[in-house]
Amino acid sequence: MSLWEYANPVKFIRTTDKVLPWVWTLALGCLCTGLIWGFFFTPDDFRMGSTVKIIYIHVPSALMAINAWLMMLVASLIWIVRRHHVSALAARAAAPVGAVMTVIALVTGAFWGQPMWGTWWEWDPRLTSFLILFLFYLGYMALWAAIENDDTAADLTSILCLVGSVFAILSRYAVNFWNQGLHQGATFSMDKEENIADVFWFPAVISMLGFGLLFVALVFLRTQTEIRARRTRALLARDGQA
Amino acid sequence: MIALLLRDLRLAIRAGGGFGLGLAFFLIVTVLVPFGVGPQTDLLSRIAPGILWIGALLACLLSLDRILALDWEDGSLDLLATAPLPMEGIVTIKALAHWITTGLPLVFAAPVLGVLLNLPLAAYQWVLISLAVGTPALSVIGTFGAALTVGLKRGGLLMSLLVLPLYVPTLIFGAEVARRGAEGLTVQTPLMLLAGISFGVMALLPFASAAVLRINLR
Amino acid sequence: MVLTVRDLSVTRGGLAILEGVSFDMAPGEALVLRGPNGIGKTTLLRSIAGLQPPETGSVTGAEDQIAYAGHSDGLKAMLSVTENLQFWASVFGLTEIEQALTAFDLLDLRMRLAGTLSAGQKRRLGLARLMVTGRPIWVLDEPTVSLDAASVALFADAVRDHLGRGGSALMATHIDLGLDEARVLDLTPFKARPRTRQIDEAFL
Repeated sequence: MSLWEYANPVKFIRTTDKVLPWVWTLALGCLCTGLIWGFFFTPDDFRMGSTVKIIYIHVPSALMAINAWLMMLVASLIWIVRRHHVSALAARAAAPVGAVMTVIALVTGAFWGQPMWGTWWEWDPRLTSFLILFLFYLGYMALWAAIENDDTAADLTSILCLVGSVFAILSRYAVNFWNQGLHQGATFSMDKEENIADVFWFPAVISMLGFGLLFVALVFLRTQTEIRARRTRALLARDGQA
Repeated sequence: MIALLLRDLRLAIRAGGGFGLGLAFFLIVTVLVPFGVGPQTDLLSRIAPGILWIGALLACLLSLDRILALDWEDGSLDLLATAPLPMEGIVTIKALAHWITTGLPLVFAAPVLGVLLNLPLAAYQWVLISLAVGTPALSVIGTFGAALTVGLKRGGLLMSLLVLPLYVPTLIFGAEVARRGAEGLTVQTPLMLLAGISFGVMALLPFASAAVLRINLR
Repeated sequence: MVLTVRDLSVTRGGLAILEGVSFDMAPGEALVLRGPNGIGKTTLLRSIAGLQPPETGSVTGAEDQIAYAGHSDGLKAMLSVTENLQFWASVFGLTEIEQALTAFDLLDLRMRLAGTLSAGQKRRLGLARLMVTGRPIWVLDEPTVSLDAASVALFADAVRDHLGRGGSALMATHIDLGLDEARVLDLTPFKARPRTRQIDEAFL
């Protein structure tokens, strides 16, 4: 019994059908717990006031925006090496979810930045990188949509995903370099988890888990849809030929 | 390989559009910027290095779809694919031809257009050098985008969407060299990084372009 | 055998169209593929030329031996007849083009830009390209489209000459070239039974 058996579309749908209700329940449970706990049962930060609470959406969505691209990268590699169709379709299914996560991270960041920095948008390296990541998502989805032949589209988007990953990392460093060249980098960073007291930390972890599970659930669901759409096309093609 | 390069250059000269269009576009972008931001010379001179870089980048982008689409339409690509040239060689030569017909003229036009934007005197050499080092990367990355979209009917817009994010690092380092040069700062680090990107994409990206082109040909 | 095709299946647009195609070609042999429109002649020839990976089966002996001529001639309108031919000759590492110009009666047109040629003249130039490749196996897809009777005869002579020098030719064509030595392979028996591609079957 190897892991690759789940690369069979029928098997994939059967297995995910069983798993999906649990994933949904857990995802919604974690999200509700994390967000309600975070919003209503944590003290206001002494410096940032209640605005800090957007962190419970902002950080998990930013995390998933990057992880979604990583997942697409892995799925693309699996498609290139082992040519499992489910893998290519899963990469395709993950892209819009990742793009939406990126938008959520950017928008919540703007809402947070306005009261804290006094501006909706700052060309901070971190913000700029996310904007570029969003552009990569757009290009990736547009290429999938533009090509009619399924296999050609899967091949081309996989290679774009690989090349894009390299350039995304390059851009990250370039942007870091670029902004420090102009003025000093933003002093506020969300990475310093050690600065955050446990009361903030636990609900944050729970909502991160919730966002992660939500991502898994959405990708499973969207992959199922892609598989069914593909099956419909295969059936139509077969009937048209007969 | 040489024959392919010579053919592409000859076609670029005969068909007219090769050298002229990109340059004319570069000129127009540069002329439009003062209309957009106002005629204050101090402002223009401050943003001139960046404007020149963006103008060159857009002029490059404009001619990308000619790299492979013409050969795709008349069947030459099919025939080249069955010829004893490696596909990696073909895309490299195509990128080189694009650079010679588009990138190189832009490099030399940039200082002239710099006059219009009141480019500081110290910046001229660095605009020239940064474009000379950076435009090959633009051509090579552009060839990858052209290869991705070669089979599509109206691939131009999609190609821009795919290529422009890939241009970000090159643009950042290239414009940084020019800007630091203009302000009299040391340019060594961004120049090294720009050269690194150029050499890196020249060495590696043709493999991706060739793979993509093979997929599109089948 | 210069070219061996074994159990080849090809697909077009996600549908299997030909399966189990097997044949051999010896030096000096011409093989004409026949079959109704849509049977998959073009797809088969592209697979043999290596432009398209076959679904199953193998093609041996094709690597770097094939000169392919498809529906398009790969001519540049802004280059002269000579320049077009010279380009393809040097791509294949050769320089001699006079023979090809003579064989296809292009000597008078040699300085003309390819864009000013008529459809038939362009086709002749496209076929002359085969002679400057120096490749032993010609793979031709509808070579006689837009050629008049005299030009077809020129083409037949060129093929006969090529065969006489130990080359071989595989072509899809409907008209009779007057090549008595050519073998005919009807593709109708290889028409695939209705089914989707193997990889699509995973989805059913």
